[in-house]
Amino acid sequence: MTKTIPTISSTSIRSHGGARASRSLPAGVPPDTIVKWFRDMLLIREFEVRTMQAYQEKKIGGFCHVYIGQEAVAVGCTAAIRPDDPMITAYRDHGHALARGMSSRHCMAEMFGKIGGCAKGKGGSMHMFDRANNLFGGHGIVGAQTAVGTGLAFATKYEDEVINGGRSDRVTLCFLGDGALNQGVLHEAMNLAGLFDLPVIFVVENNGYSMGTAIERGTTMAHDLSVKAAAYGFDAIEVDGMDLIAVYEDMKAFCDSCRAASRPGFVDMKTYRYKGHSMSDPRKYRTREEEEHFESGDPIGKLRDVLLSAGVLDEAAVAAMQKEVRAEVKDALQWSEESPAPGIDELYHDVYVERWGPYTGTSLPEMLREEKR
Amino acid sequence: MANLTLVQAINLALVQEMERDDRIILLGEDVGLNGGVFRVTEGLHKRFGGHRVVDSPLAESGIIGTAIGLAMAGLRPIPEIQFEGFLGPAYDQLCSHAARMRTRTRGAFTVPMTVRVPVGGGIHAPELHSDSPEAIYAHQPGMKVVMPASPYDAKGLLLSAIRDPDPVIFFEPKRIYRAFREEVPEDEYTIPIGKARVVCEGDELTMISWGASVIQCMQAIEKSGRSVELIDLRTIYPFDMEAVAASVSKTGRAVVVHEAPRTCGFGAEIATRIMEECFLSLEAPVQRVTGFDTIMPYYKLELEYLPETERIGLAVEETLAY
Repeated sequence: MTKTIPTISSTSIRSHGGARASRSLPAGVPPDTIVKWFRDMLLIREFEVRTMQAYQEKKIGGFCHVYIGQEAVAVGCTAAIRPDDPMITAYRDHGHALARGMSSRHCMAEMFGKIGGCAKGKGGSMHMFDRANNLFGGHGIVGAQTAVGTGLAFATKYEDEVINGGRSDRVTLCFLGDGALNQGVLHEAMNLAGLFDLPVIFVVENNGYSMGTAIERGTTMAHDLSVKAAAYGFDAIEVDGMDLIAVYEDMKAFCDSCRAASRPGFVDMKTYRYKGHSMSDPRKYRTREEEEHFESGDPIGKLRDVLLSAGVLDEAAVAAMQKEVRAEVKDALQWSEESPAPGIDELYHDVYVERWGPYTGTSLPEMLREEKR
Repeated sequence: MANLTLVQAINLALVQEMERDDRIILLGEDVGLNGGVFRVTEGLHKRFGGHRVVDSPLAESGIIGTAIGLAMAGLRPIPEIQFEGFLGPAYDQLCSHAARMRTRTRGAFTVPMTVRVPVGGGIHAPELHSDSPEAIYAHQPGMKVVMPASPYDAKGLLLSAIRDPDPVIFFEPKRIYRAFREEVPEDEYTIPIGKARVVCEGDELTMISWGASVIQCMQAIEKSGRSVELIDLRTIYPFDMEAVAASVSKTGRAVVVHEAPRTCGFGAEIATRIMEECFLSLEAPVQRVTGFDTIMPYYKLELEYLPETERIGLAVEETLAY
């Protein structure tokens, strides 16, 4: 007998977006905190718009993946965890860096390849790291960061059991895109996490496309990703990633329970990227109607409406805030522009530990050879 | 001081270092209850418990990726990969993450991890269980690659590797795991990464080797009756060119011996560096005695493939007669 494979229409998978009434303000959160989340989303949006411009002006090299449309995910998830909780993500990482507290100057200068960047311009757009804010990257190989995220959670458990005597209870948020669902290492990481009871939450930022391939064209059971987690024995939730309050409330409850139980979790975070995969993506794989559908339910607009109708902000305050983030990003751009480019002597730094002076390698560039002589 | 095999020396180093530093965690396939595929971690599970000596699932990429996360969070993981051929599935984690983290983060994050891996042929195993991939990992900037050739060196080098703030692949030559014993001090001592050992001094020719081949070199030198200086590299990368150059400048002749295939083997790098730095001292072309540019053969042809004393002896004769 032929097995019947259920067909899933793409609209049923991407039914989460669009203009809908948002929830009311979350209980127990001071209004100022919610205003800060709103500002963080505004900042990321403005930052990414200017990033695209700077890329087009050839001020940013390499490749560039912007976060426009997904702002509620990074901001809401950051709000749901503690500052000491580790966070790790893939290459669409500017939003996470800003939400976690990296200054927009350091983030922008990193993309400019300037010395003022968070890694002195050595990492670029895909490699945002921030030790002070417990952001463990920024990783360029799809899915490869999931095993590292598992290790970060393992360290918490190890400290708890071996070193600290039951005083370590951090939860690691490990972000991945829906494309990473099909990488082998994710399954090794999830198995390890389930087996060892590791407090790591795999947050799938499910924007529906791995580059140009719609999720149902590349992933089994795309209509119910919770079965992936069930295979490894842990809980899964689905979250409307286009609604900041939903992200915060659902993630807060889920993180708290994973923390208390020292267990892994899995989140199908339904979101949408308004722009292409990278800056050179013609977006032939989807329709403009689909894009408009999601843009009509923009997470920033949604939260603004909630804040306005609750009387937390008025139109003038929103306008002032928009002006403020524009100025902040303008400052970041100018600062990045003025920051010096790394000198050739930077090349050999931080390849290895420099306990015995700078590493000299075996292939010194001509300029450094001259200096050495 | 005890008379120990290579396996016992590594085991002793692990025990002493784990006693000293509770940030050290071992993980790998069967490293716990079963003591590891070559029994290198025998007794450690009982001594330190399952929290510190962790039997992991069969998942090399997951093991190394997890160890990287442990290291970035401040611990000192020592993962074991059962055979060098099984590094393949973990290559991405090693070369895309571990080796690059320091540069990528401008030193804000490092990966102090020691990956223990049995390496090389000579135990009648098939390919993937007898390979010598050291040049592949030496080619990755940010990675350190170490390969001891004796129990004494194994203990001292392993302590250095564990304490090193960079990722180290610690290759353990299977062929000499239990081939001979050596006096190994109980007391703590380290052998620095990046420093070669002059096994025996000589002034007619310099022989450079590492791992299990060092034993074949010693035998070949004895048989030849010539004055050959043997250098055991001990660290493949960053390697001790200073020691190599000093010796070749003195002898004017060099033979490099390794198990790995000839083309792009680490001997190619050494021969080139000798040419660059000792050109005016050279009396003869640098010779290489290596495995062949084929897949490692199964055991009937194994000894044909590995650099044996006869082939090494021939290279010594030819180089001296040039």
